[in-house]
Amino acid sequence: MITYDLLVAICLAYVVVLFAVAFWAERRAAAGRDNWLRAPLVYTLSLSVYCTAWTFYGAVGYAARSGLEFVTIYLGPTLVLIGWWWTLRKLVRIGKTQRITSIADLISSRYGKSNTLGVIVTLLAVVGTTPYIALQLQSVTLSFAVFVPQGAGRWSSIDPNATAVAVAAGLALFTVLFGTRNLDANERHHGVVMAIAVEAVVKLFALLAVGSFVVWGLGGGPGEMMARINASPVAQDQIRAGRWIGLTFLSAAAVLTLPRMFQVLVVENADEKHLATASWAFPLYLMLMSLFVVPIAVIGLEVMPPQANPDLFVLTVPLDQGRELLATLAFLGGFSSATSMVIVAAIALSTMVSNHIVMPLFLNWKSEGATMSGDVRKLVLRARRFSIAGVLFLGYLYYRLSGGSEALAAIGLISFAGVAQVLPALLGGIFWRGATRRGALAGLVTGFALWAYTLFLPSFGEGAVMSARLLAEGPWGIGWLRPQALFGVQMDPVVHAVFWSLILNVLAFFSGSLAGFPGPMERLQGAQFVNVFERSAEGRAWTHGQAEAEDLLLMAQRILGPAEAQALFHRVAADQGKGGYLPDITPEFLQHLERELAGSVGAATAHAMVGQIVGRSSVSVGDLMAVADETAQMMEYSSQLEAKSEELARTARQLREANEKLTALSIQKDAFLSQISHELRTPMTSIRAFSEILIETKNLAPEERTRYSRVIHEEALRLTRLLDDLLDLSVLENGQVTLHEQAADLSDLLDRAAAAAGCSGPGGIRIRRDPARERIRIFTDTDRLTQVFINLIANAQKYCAAEVPELRVEVREAGGRLAVDFIDNGAGIPRKSQALIFEKFSRLTDPRSAGGAGLGLAICREVMSKLGGSIIYLPGQRGAAFRVTLPQACRRAA
Amino acid sequence: MTRRTRLFLEREGYRRRRLRDMARLLPVLGIVLFLLPLLHGRPEAGVIAYLFLAWAGLILLAGLLSRRLQEDPPAPPGESGP
Repeated sequence: MITYDLLVAICLAYVVVLFAVAFWAERRAAAGRDNWLRAPLVYTLSLSVYCTAWTFYGAVGYAARSGLEFVTIYLGPTLVLIGWWWTLRKLVRIGKTQRITSIADLISSRYGKSNTLGVIVTLLAVVGTTPYIALQLQSVTLSFAVFVPQGAGRWSSIDPNATAVAVAAGLALFTVLFGTRNLDANERHHGVVMAIAVEAVVKLFALLAVGSFVVWGLGGGPGEMMARINASPVAQDQIRAGRWIGLTFLSAAAVLTLPRMFQVLVVENADEKHLATASWAFPLYLMLMSLFVVPIAVIGLEVMPPQANPDLFVLTVPLDQGRELLATLAFLGGFSSATSMVIVAAIALSTMVSNHIVMPLFLNWKSEGATMSGDVRKLVLRARRFSIAGVLFLGYLYYRLSGGSEALAAIGLISFAGVAQVLPALLGGIFWRGATRRGALAGLVTGFALWAYTLFLPSFGEGAVMSARLLAEGPWGIGWLRPQALFGVQMDPVVHAVFWSLILNVLAFFSGSLAGFPGPMERLQGAQFVNVFERSAEGRAWTHGQAEAEDLLLMAQRILGPAEAQALFHRVAADQGKGGYLPDITPEFLQHLERELAGSVGAATAHAMVGQIVGRSSVSVGDLMAVADETAQMMEYSSQLEAKSEELARTARQLREANEKLTALSIQKDAFLSQISHELRTPMTSIRAFSEILIETKNLAPEERTRYSRVIHEEALRLTRLLDDLLDLSVLENGQVTLHEQAADLSDLLDRAAAAAGCSGPGGIRIRRDPARERIRIFTDTDRLTQVFINLIANAQKYCAAEVPELRVEVREAGGRLAVDFIDNGAGIPRKSQALIFEKFSRLTDPRSAGGAGLGLAICREVMSKLGGSIIYLPGQRGAAFRVTLPQACRRAA
Repeated sequence: MTRRTRLFLEREGYRRRRLRDMARLLPVLGIVLFLLPLLHGRPEAGVIAYLFLAWAGLILLAGLLSRRLQEDPPAPPGESGP
């Protein structure tokens, strides 16, 4: 019998080999000779962290208890891997372009870099993984116990808890050493991955060896084995369809959402092409791992005593047959399974805890330190180390509290179901742009709560967390709320929990997403995730030159303070003969910068930080902090956009108005042109006709000659008037007018205007005035002002359609200005035309009825603006009303 | 001459798109194959043998596909051809 001490020695030697392998891999990677480490085979083997001690030992126990059902745990991942073109390819690409560090980071980053989501996923992962780590510790202690002879006093002196403590401490040491050796922005751990690949080979080899021994050594070859299987109780159980489908789905979900699987699949992936290899090689690995499970279970049930724990058949069957070497190999296989899982899980969890819980807390607590002080990397590493220790301690605590008596498979499935709650948010996030933070939050919380209620809490056993009564009758006796039979549906507990939690999770996810409206950052990230293949060229890769210099400046500013850092960079750039703040990256410059930084944070950190940026990787902490900046920038940008679009709308409105006016003006102009030609043509025609008569008719009576001559004269006058008007307007508009200012009485001007407009005659418009108010002396170009008055009175006379036309002239002083209103009792001017009447050539009524060419009011407006006053249409006076306003300066004390 | 080249390219592109379709359909085939044992009910040795054979077949197909897909140039944007 192999002694316990020898076993411990072998175990320690194995651990030393693992350390050496990890160390060697780190050295090679650091030296840049990592081609071999980046082989697709290593990637595939590293995926084997999926196969934990649960699968190594537990699968056989599972098969002994429930037959073929254990295989569903491998079928799910097989389906996901051979379907890599659907999801994994996209996940890996997103992980690369967005530099995702964990599944919590992916969810948080996708939904607008929301840290709330990051925290929730982290908590979910910790709660789901802790029992699993406990399970690994338990399996190691159990397997140690197997090697202690029954009844020997030795084991009683060896505390199983001490074994668990030793294992946990050793794992913590390894993980801290190789998992937090550096703060690589890509979160790749060459040493760890290499060690895991070695462990993967060991566990596969061990299981195949035990299996071969069982089939050929004990079972009598494959043919005989088939007969034994058919005869064994393993083949008697019916396959339960619900569990078969449910567990296949669950394991498929788990391979995508388990933190450790995400770590090796996405984060540690060095090349997308490796995924193509893993798509068939990992299913092959899984198939080989499960190939001999049923034979081992069948033979174990045959040869071992009935009280033997089927979970340990892999160890106990060879041991029972006296194959100690084989048993030791099996032990190392189980040990490898347990340790690789714990190491990767601890790394993944510590990344999440430090990035999503510790760092935000720290940045909150020290808000100014985040932007200025630079010693954040050390803090991150320390946070990770403490998180690793914390995670392992939690696992150990759970192991101690749970007593380590449960069947191994139960915890595994519970853990799977817990992390599977991330699936809707994950898949929704990479395939559906409409998925929002609110939806993800709702889905995660719902799923998490239901999982805890229906599966996790009841798993502690009756009376532990939930009383037996609660389990049997539901809370407050409400039957349809029974934790294991929600809505009265009786199913297998695991399938029940998976079914309800995921259904309601998806429901909450979709309704939350559809109801809310995502913020700008969410939409940006959503587009980048969903369309990752279209946009991957834009990925923010760190390239030579400018980007690096800029990153260095960014980092230096965090440590030295903006002013000093900018001055330093500016100085170096000037020395290099460049302008601006971004010098070329030369060794001298880097050395200089490093020295400067070392003054603040110490040489080692400064070197690491500069190396990280120049070594084509980025500052993940910097990114963490940039998140806040980015969000703020996005918000600012979107508000700027909003302001711009408002401005645009305003401009468009103005343009539309201008366009309407222009169109109307153009129509008017056309009308004017046709009219003016008509106006010119009519007098011309009569002038021509009458002058022809005068020329050709020799014996014309003198009175007739006189009459014809008068007609010609009048027509010529009309033409002259028209041309005068046009000329007048053109002079006024060009500003070439000279004003002849003189003092005069307003009433005199109005008298003159009324007389000139010809109102005194019969049929003239009646003018009502208030002479007392008109007695105001003004100082202005009286001729021009009179011209305006004449025009207004003449207009009233011409257009006022009342039976007894009447024009009121009201003089008032309003707001320090002198206003003269001309209000008639006609129909007024329609609203739509009010804007146009002062334009040139405008005429509202039939042109025939008017004598002018529609220039009168345009001239008035020009005159008044030249006099420093204005003329406007005064609406709401029933008739047409114009207000002539004169500046105060015109007024002279009477 | 030019015509032949274009024909060749079209054929090549068409083949590649069908390969991607196949890569997408493979898990569906896997689901169907893995559900078939349910029809039988009892996990006898024959059922177990069938399951592992189906499994191996899927792995073989996935291996051939991944080799062919890896030969591809990077997927063009949009990538869902006719």
